[in-house]
Amino acid sequence: MRLLGFLVVCLTGGLLLYGTGELPDWGDTNSPASLHLSNDYIEHAMEQTGAPNLVTAVLADYRGFDTMFETAVVFCAGLACFLLLRDFRPKKTRYYRHVPTGVVLHVKNPDKQIAVGWEFEDMDKDWVPSDTIIKTVCRILIPFIQIYALYVVAHGDFSPGGGFQGGVIFGSSLILLAISYNLKTLMKRVSEKFLGIFSAAGVLVYVGIGAIAMVLGGNFLDYSKYAPIFGEHHIRALGMLGVEIGVGMAVTAVMVVIYINIVSEGRHDEGL
Amino acid sequence: MYWPIDLIVLTFVIFCAIAAISVRDLLGTAILFGAYSFMMCLLWAVMGAVDVAFTEASVGAGVSTVFFVAAVFRTSRRTKD
Repeated sequence: MRLLGFLVVCLTGGLLLYGTGELPDWGDTNSPASLHLSNDYIEHAMEQTGAPNLVTAVLADYRGFDTMFETAVVFCAGLACFLLLRDFRPKKTRYYRHVPTGVVLHVKNPDKQIAVGWEFEDMDKDWVPSDTIIKTVCRILIPFIQIYALYVVAHGDFSPGGGFQGGVIFGSSLILLAISYNLKTLMKRVSEKFLGIFSAAGVLVYVGIGAIAMVLGGNFLDYSKYAPIFGEHHIRALGMLGVEIGVGMAVTAVMVVIYINIVSEGRHDEGL
Repeated sequence: MYWPIDLIVLTFVIFCAIAAISVRDLLGTAILFGAYSFMMCLLWAVMGAVDVAFTEASVGAGVSTVFFVAAVFRTSRRTKD
């Protein structure tokens, strides 16, 4: 069976390699894509959209409809993770640690809870002593990562990056908080309800910008119809920025939702 | 001009891919996938596709490695085959 699998993999790989021989060379000016389409984008994208980064102009303006459904796919991924993994059953037993002495209490009565404060702290099976160096370094680093993520979102139409990358970086900064402290610290700052609403709001911002353009008398996602409100100058780039913010919101929330559901087996109480 | 860098990075990509499927420790596989993604990111950057390289670096090498590690943390570190 292993040999058969190996043969199938080799055959498929060989066929794929054989197929790549027919592909145009890298940077070939006579390839079908470079003959009409790329020329048109390179020559007219700047004057038509006002966005210096052609990739963003194509993704968020010419192919804005595609990107909208990509955002919806990311949202669906978060939703699927939530529906598959979330476990609402309450925990039977709890562990608490008495901070001054280090004594661990095992409370077996599910109705009895100890108030968590400076005297007792939450604990679980995978508890490890917190490391001051890791905590401090991450605490200093996280604000800078978040500022960088916002920069990437805001400069999506000028430089590489955009809503998707910025959202992933912002989500990773929140995940870093959960890793360096613990999951409860993250859940105290961003609740599950907030994440759900935030991810849906991101998709809504994207669709809303498209739909309001229809209300103003244009096609779906036709940003130039916003000109009477925001002025003629760079109106399409401005519309792209709005759309990127929507993508960033959705992606940020979905990354955090996926992480907390995987790492705590859907119980949101203990984890990495 | 760019050929040597290209070839070196491609060699690393293939090494990482083979190592990722042959290593028994799943945590090691997750890290090797991160290295693989980062090499792919370098390859995109050499080809001039900076946006794709950025996405690969943040999604492939960053967040998906963390998801793999989280999944390994909750399941088992050893493979069965």
